Amino acid sequence: MTTEAVKPPVEDFATDWDHTDPTWVGDPYPIWEDLRQTCPVAHTERYGGGWFPATHEYVSEIANDTTHFTSRNVVVNNTRPDELDPPGAPAPIGVAPPITSDPPFHQIARRLILPAFAPGPVNALEPQIRALCQRLLDNMGDAEVVNGGSQYAQFIPPAVISQMLGFPEEDEDLFRDFVHVVLEGIDEPDLEVRKAMFTPLEEYFTKQIEDHQANPRDDLTSYLLNVEIAGQKLQMEHVRGTMVLILVAGIDTTWSAIGASLWHLAKNPDDLARLVNEPELLPVAIEEFLRFYAPVTMARLVVDDYDFHGCPMKKDDWILLGFPAANRDPAAFKDADQFIIDREINRHAAFGLGIHRCAGSNLARLEMTIAIEEFIKRYPKFELADPESVTWAQGQVRGPRNLPIRILK
Amino acid sequence: MKVSIDADRCQGHGRCFNMAPDIFGFDDLGNGYVLGDGVLTSETLDRARLAQANCPEHAIAIEE
Repeated sequence: MTTEAVKPPVEDFATDWDHTDPTWVGDPYPIWEDLRQTCPVAHTERYGGGWFPATHEYVSEIANDTTHFTSRNVVVNNTRPDELDPPGAPAPIGVAPPITSDPPFHQIARRLILPAFAPGPVNALEPQIRALCQRLLDNMGDAEVVNGGSQYAQFIPPAVISQMLGFPEEDEDLFRDFVHVVLEGIDEPDLEVRKAMFTPLEEYFTKQIEDHQANPRDDLTSYLLNVEIAGQKLQMEHVRGTMVLILVAGIDTTWSAIGASLWHLAKNPDDLARLVNEPELLPVAIEEFLRFYAPVTMARLVVDDYDFHGCPMKKDDWILLGFPAANRDPAAFKDADQFIIDREINRHAAFGLGIHRCAGSNLARLEMTIAIEEFIKRYPKFELADPESVTWAQGQVRGPRNLPIRILK
Repeated sequence: MKVSIDADRCQGHGRCFNMAPDIFGFDDLGNGYVLGDGVLTSETLDRARLAQANCPEHAIAIEE
């Protein structure tokens, strides 16, 4: 954003990491491998101070330690932790429960939403998701070059999420803009400007909430407005926060995973041919796509000064919690740097570890599976049309944004 | 041989019931549980072991 041009480039990721540095955005994997061998907990003074553990062991330890590390803010940014919290909001709730909640409130908030994302209700969405993918493929028709991002992957999650929340179908373009603002605006140093970026989203939710209050229906928005904790309806901040979470966490992430999978298949004709010829391999392949191209990095804040394996962490330091880095750790995975499409043992952490496991993981997996299955059924042979033009999202969600694919006969 | 899931460790990643739906089920929250008595046969043992090896939270145990 505005400071991008003046930010000094990173020269040493061990002492000055920045996950928005072009080198990291373009190809973070060699950086992480280097850190694992030399560091393995990198430090930075940027963003007010932060740490990046590069090993599976340390990522897992921090993800499972809710005593020393809080989830109050899970997106590394230039504001100090308290500045974005709504005034007076009880600390354990955070701005987007349950992802920003700590125990014990976390479990209460999480249990409210888990049933909607359990396999039963999620699997019921399969016919609609499949029809949507087929419609998008129909629209691309027999074009020589199609865009796997802007014509395909980008459309799938917003349609599903907007349907779950009960938002009008025609608002999907708005969603994508909101997601960009929240996730990719992290470099904006001016708090007022950053807050203003949220305004359209806030106004949109107000409109939807009012509409659902006047006309309750069978969707997640009405559910959140009416569900009770100990006989009390949720605070409006809680309802809004959870809606923001479902919108943001459900869109950018899955479209990145779908896009990265297509990018891989476009570059690896052997893997593509194998999936086309052995469609029963798809569930195993999906887990390897998730491991190898895990899109989501989370964050924590250090609760109090804490010595973490010799690292003198300070209160309110950021932890960039790199599940994608954990997934490439050779101490945790055999041939970690190799994509093995039929990898049998794959204890990947793409959906996080511990109590904050991605609540939407069943939905993400279903969307990925159908999106890839339908794409390769329609286009069994394809390659990158212009490898140099592929761009990757900056921030804590990594996936290809521009993805031109040449369809081969 | 008997398989079990530690409910305190399980976070609902869904790996077990996706790869071995005849051994594992899921509850309303999406957490895994063992179907029936969990006693493994020569037919189910290998897949139970595979599910164990794939659980990100190390929540599955097989009692020899």
